[in-house]
Amino acid sequence: MRYSALNILRQGLTGNKGWKPLWRDPTPKPEYDIVIVGAGGHGLATAYYLAKEYGLTNIAVLEKGWLGSGNIGRNTTIIRSNYMLLGNEPFYEMSMKLWEGLEQDFNYNAMVSQRSILNLFHSDPQRDAFVRRANSMLLAGADAELADEAQLRRELPFLDFDNARFPIKGGLYQRRGGTVRHDAVAWGYARGADQRGVDIIQNCEVTGFQIKNGVCAGVDTVRGPIRAKKVAVCVAGSSGRVMSLAGMRLPIESHVLQAFVTEGLKPVLPGVITFGAGHFYVSQSDKGGLVFGGDIDGYNTYAQRGNLPVVEDVAEGGMAIMPMIGRTRLLRSWGGVMDMSMDGSPFIDKTHIDGLYFNGGWCYGGFKATPASGFCYAHLLAKDTPHPVATEYRLDRFRRGHLIDEKGVGAQPNLH
Amino acid sequence: MIINHPLLGPRDAAEFVYLGDASLMERPDPQGPEAADNFHDYAYLRKNPAGEHRELWYHEQGDRSWLVVTRNTLTHEISKVELARDVAVTRRGGQ
Amino acid sequence: MSQVNRIKGGLIDTNRSLTFTFNGRKMQGHPGDTLASALLANGQRLVGRSFKYHRPRGIFTDGSHEPNALVELESGAHLEPNTRATTVELYDGLSARSQNHRGSLEHDLMAVTDLLSPFMAAGFYYKTFMWPKAFWEKLYEPMIRISAGLGSLSMKEDPDHYDKGFLHCDLLVIGAGPAGLAAALAAGHSGARVILADEDFRPGGRLSGETFVVDDIAGAEWTAQALTELAAMDNVHILTRTTIYGAYDHGVYGALERCTDHLAVKGDKPRQILWRIYSKRALLTAGATERPIAFGNNDRPGVMLAGAVRTYVNRFGVTPGREVALFTNNDDGWRTASDLAAKGVSISAIVDARDQAAPATIPGAQVFMGQSVVDTKGRKGLKSITLSGGHTIPTDCLAVSGGWNPNVHLTCHQRGRPDWHEGINAFVPGGALPPGMAVAGAANGTLTLGAALSEGHRAANAMTKDLGFNASRKPAPKAEDEAHECAAFWHVGASRARAWVDLQNDVTAKDIKQACVEGMASVELVKRYTTLGMATDQGKTSNITALAIMAEVNGKTIPETGTTIFRPPYTPVAMGALAGRARGKDFRPYRLTPSHQWAKANGATFVETGNWLRAQWFARPGEKGWRDSVDREVKMTRASVGICDVTTLGKIDIQGRDAAEFLNRIYTNAWLKLPVGKVRYGLMLREDGIAYDDGTTARLGENHYVMTTTTANAVLVFRRMEFARQCLWPDLDVHLISTTDGWAQYAVAGPNARALLAKLVDAPFDISNEAFPFMACAELSVCGGTKARLFRISFSGEMAYEIAVPTRFGNSLMEVLMEAGREFDAVPYGTEALGVMRIEKGHAAGNELNGQTTALNLGMAGFINKNKDCIGKVLSERPDMNRDDAIRLVGFKPVDHSQKLAAGAHFITKGDTANMANDQGWMSSVAFSPTFGHSIGLGFIKRGHQRTGEVVRAVNPARGSEVEVEITSPHFFDPDGGIQRG
Repeated sequence: MRYSALNILRQGLTGNKGWKPLWRDPTPKPEYDIVIVGAGGHGLATAYYLAKEYGLTNIAVLEKGWLGSGNIGRNTTIIRSNYMLLGNEPFYEMSMKLWEGLEQDFNYNAMVSQRSILNLFHSDPQRDAFVRRANSMLLAGADAELADEAQLRRELPFLDFDNARFPIKGGLYQRRGGTVRHDAVAWGYARGADQRGVDIIQNCEVTGFQIKNGVCAGVDTVRGPIRAKKVAVCVAGSSGRVMSLAGMRLPIESHVLQAFVTEGLKPVLPGVITFGAGHFYVSQSDKGGLVFGGDIDGYNTYAQRGNLPVVEDVAEGGMAIMPMIGRTRLLRSWGGVMDMSMDGSPFIDKTHIDGLYFNGGWCYGGFKATPASGFCYAHLLAKDTPHPVATEYRLDRFRRGHLIDEKGVGAQPNLH
Repeated sequence: MIINHPLLGPRDAAEFVYLGDASLMERPDPQGPEAADNFHDYAYLRKNPAGEHRELWYHEQGDRSWLVVTRNTLTHEISKVELARDVAVTRRGGQ
Repeated sequence: MSQVNRIKGGLIDTNRSLTFTFNGRKMQGHPGDTLASALLANGQRLVGRSFKYHRPRGIFTDGSHEPNALVELESGAHLEPNTRATTVELYDGLSARSQNHRGSLEHDLMAVTDLLSPFMAAGFYYKTFMWPKAFWEKLYEPMIRISAGLGSLSMKEDPDHYDKGFLHCDLLVIGAGPAGLAAALAAGHSGARVILADEDFRPGGRLSGETFVVDDIAGAEWTAQALTELAAMDNVHILTRTTIYGAYDHGVYGALERCTDHLAVKGDKPRQILWRIYSKRALLTAGATERPIAFGNNDRPGVMLAGAVRTYVNRFGVTPGREVALFTNNDDGWRTASDLAAKGVSISAIVDARDQAAPATIPGAQVFMGQSVVDTKGRKGLKSITLSGGHTIPTDCLAVSGGWNPNVHLTCHQRGRPDWHEGINAFVPGGALPPGMAVAGAANGTLTLGAALSEGHRAANAMTKDLGFNASRKPAPKAEDEAHECAAFWHVGASRARAWVDLQNDVTAKDIKQACVEGMASVELVKRYTTLGMATDQGKTSNITALAIMAEVNGKTIPETGTTIFRPPYTPVAMGALAGRARGKDFRPYRLTPSHQWAKANGATFVETGNWLRAQWFARPGEKGWRDSVDREVKMTRASVGICDVTTLGKIDIQGRDAAEFLNRIYTNAWLKLPVGKVRYGLMLREDGIAYDDGTTARLGENHYVMTTTTANAVLVFRRMEFARQCLWPDLDVHLISTTDGWAQYAVAGPNARALLAKLVDAPFDISNEAFPFMACAELSVCGGTKARLFRISFSGEMAYEIAVPTRFGNSLMEVLMEAGREFDAVPYGTEALGVMRIEKGHAAGNELNGQTTALNLGMAGFINKNKDCIGKVLSERPDMNRDDAIRLVGFKPVDHSQKLAAGAHFITKGDTANMANDQGWMSSVAFSPTFGHSIGLGFIKRGHQRTGEVVRAVNPARGSEVEVEITSPHFFDPDGGIQRG
């Protein structure tokens, strides 16, 4: 069923009784060309692009819970391509371009809202680093704009300019950055993949890999074994657990990131704003809630919940830059498990086991990468060579000493 | 969270700084034949279990002890807290 | 209009009146009222508009689960949006306004959306607004945003302040209803330290709203006695107006106490306090929340929960209606009828969905067993209800009871999943509770009074006993167990009109059904698709009904369908309270150097360096801008002598027999042969081979070294060194202590530095170049006996010293240095001049040691000693870190000396297109050099060490500029070091 305004009108006039399921609920077949483990954003996008761009449709996406129940279902919805390093920026800019055409592409309104993202800076060295980054972005064909304090005072008068512990000296805008309705991304990709014949199988946890003589020939699941020519793992926060079933140890630690939303408010924030002297980023959802987050809790965990010190630290960051939010209330907090890699950058690669592929290590930046991650993973699965913008996302890069460390904090996942 | 410091008793985890997998105490032999591989594994491939995890915490806002805390990463339950120095000495066969 | 609905009785003080305004209209209430009860007393039925369709709404509940009656409280900077009228304690002068409407509350222009509702079913926006592409951001989204949202922010800084605190207890009792009071009494008698917290301003829970009898006296009276008894116990701490909002690890609970919100005159006390409660055990006695039944047009003002109707009548002396009807599926609902009848309120009809004999007779009330309400009339206030049997009954208030849901929220905060309880048709605490937590009373599914009292008592005894206290010997309070049979009846299928499930977000039964049809098989998907349970009440009155409807559509039971768990906070918490006092200038502490006052008095402008404030430059009269000051400071230092406060550098005292060996393993270069009285420069790597920090270490004695680190890394380097000492090499005899705060340190630099210092140094110390050459150090005394440390080191490239004295002498030393330097025209210099001189000299600093560069990149590969190991050495040898085309730190100067360089510019080889593939590196630091009279820079460029003299493009598209630059040595000033050794 194609969605259109006319369709809404017709359904509205007939009691909304004719809507069809967005996707099927298929029974797993015994064998597929490709089995994707994980029906989160990246897994569903991979299936979608495999079908749409590479014409491969004999594909199953297996999901432990319900589709979109991972980090695509719990994040702060920000999209941006404001990276600095060669290994990252072209990839994220490709993702941004895919976001820009996504809704028309999959005929689903994911509310891609290019409301801008602003990174504030508070010191000269920080400014220098942002200039370097802005130039990287521009050299890679993305957009970037430096704003001085006077401009920010005009545009965002509610920021604390005059009583701040760390005065705002300026900021780096990416006007094409913004937010997306995160769940709708999963639904749009799932619907698009399903329409092209991909089987999305929920409540189908993978319990093991069928590996013989260094070759992976399928997976075992709670709904029985499924053979596959290629198995593509894409499970974000569960990466460590799932890959250990294949006997692999990853350059990844699992950490919890808390995110927060306030009660609904009439429009306050024009775009995404990030604080440079503490860890706080915020945007306002279409429903009116301020959606914000900060640092990860900082200790290894698989529990989807965090603790109070970080909640308070994040609120302090918020009050430090926008003290007018003091009387709005935090409505809900939640925690997502992040696959924090050793240099803060991800992996889209074959493993040393033939037929087994891995996509992960997205830290807490996986959401914005969803389209390009799916596209590049699909490329790798279809062609067995990395997509040109994802050539550095290799598992062996630490052995080679090829680090993609945007923050420069080294092999310390909780600092990325 | 609360960490029961072996010397100081229960302290809020906010007083501590977290490092990670306690195997970071087991620095490989730099002269060994496989030093390059061993150091790669040491620096980059840490245990990341869903369950009991031995990990390093530093009492920065306290007595500067490094501790080895055994904590469950699914429940956050802490079952054991040791002074890292004691663990290191024991590992080296006493001092 | 006066208080038309005020009736006799209630726990309010009718001897005093309070005046308040609602939408500008003056009204009166009494102490003990909530804003909601006072509005009802004044006959105000319409109080708000719903989120999506802007439907007229009235007060629906009597507590923090209120979905409808949200108001904006107060005005100006004190404006507080989205405040539940049902929890606002009335005070004199309170001013409230309804929210989320355009035009007046009565005539909301946005109500047109209600007419369009057929086209706005669940998920409609995902299917449209896509054409034309550009219209989403420009038209559709702004439209949605303006009509969505609830209250407004003042956009002014929150004028109140908030505090934080810690509390400790053996047993935290959460909720002071019957079970909680019984538990607190038992635990209090055992001697355990008890905290009893309740969100209400009046403890008692349902005892305040019901006509119960406990221990043969009225429930409210028993509550008062219990509180008197508890207040007399030193070991019991009662916190009213305090919500336990989150259960965190290891018995830590988050609590919010509202201190002044209820006061007419707030005074200067904190508005709210965020308590972190450390408990050994916690007992959740948070009661239960009544759930509605979904039927056609069940959202009209005047439709209320039945228990809330009782509360308003019994506790507040207000009747929400003149002709009250009741719709119930359970026995408990009938008590609304009997309580109201006892107060003389007319009951027009009792509709009970159960097809059985009526459990009671209520005088004057028509009873309809086995029937339900299918529709209602009265857009801005209920006028009548229509029953399944066809009767239409006039009524202005319909009390609805669908049974009670235990408040299991806190049991889920650590991912515990509730269990389904057939007997009460509700979820009860299940799965793994937070360790140390138990549940009693209605929160545990024990919905009757007598049982709840004894369960609370028993649970407290068990927990205190477990903690080693002697259980209380007093018997549990006694009360009868009221009838509470409840049918599994969730919504009225026969209703043709829209039946609201989530009142605030306007989610109807039909929306839920549609979501199921569209493939949203999991309850989480239904919530996300319809926004059910996402409103300010977090689904407290809607989640279970929705689950029941899903179960029905999918032909499953409710437990098969699933449950949703709850996350913190239990009720929303003000951002200001979470931040406490860490805001504005107090966001983070300041660290000030000992001569801060001197610097301030001498024209310094300060800059934040981490938490430190450092003097950036010292302006003198007549200087037009910072550049004038900085240029002068550099010139005068290079011409004569300058003094800079370098106290903020990290200082680590290292002692022990193996101190040298320890340094040898920490630093890349060799340390075993450094003589006493000498300083050496050292470079540290991270274990991954990346350059980490640099500085100098002085050997003051046989087994005594003093290390300096950069300001930024002082804490981190010390942490790593403690790690190395305790975890890697416990066999080394070495001890560390951070002495950053113990010593004030000043750089004295320039040709006259020695002459100046010679005036201060006590005899017989000799600081001549022969006796105290470059890289010498000594402990000596200055100014007639003040202990000091002197280091002959230079960051500026000048002939320079750093002198350290105990912190308390820092300010005096600065004064003495300046006084003694008067004859040399000594000048204080700040971090800017420091930066200019280090760039002139070619020293790497934070912009170069940025965590991404190696010793090789920095031109310091030679500092990695080949004959020993050190942290980071093995991994620094990895192939991709040692490629031929690796970036190298070099100097840059503009070909046209009049042009300015910019940090952050990227280098492009001449003739190449400026794009990322051709990126050669970047400019890391720049300065205008007053010494050379033009701009100079340091930066990294591929194979830079082999490209001296090459001209490349420094492109800076972010600033719209480009400069041709020549690659030079990074050492602009005194490249062979003759000056610093002189």
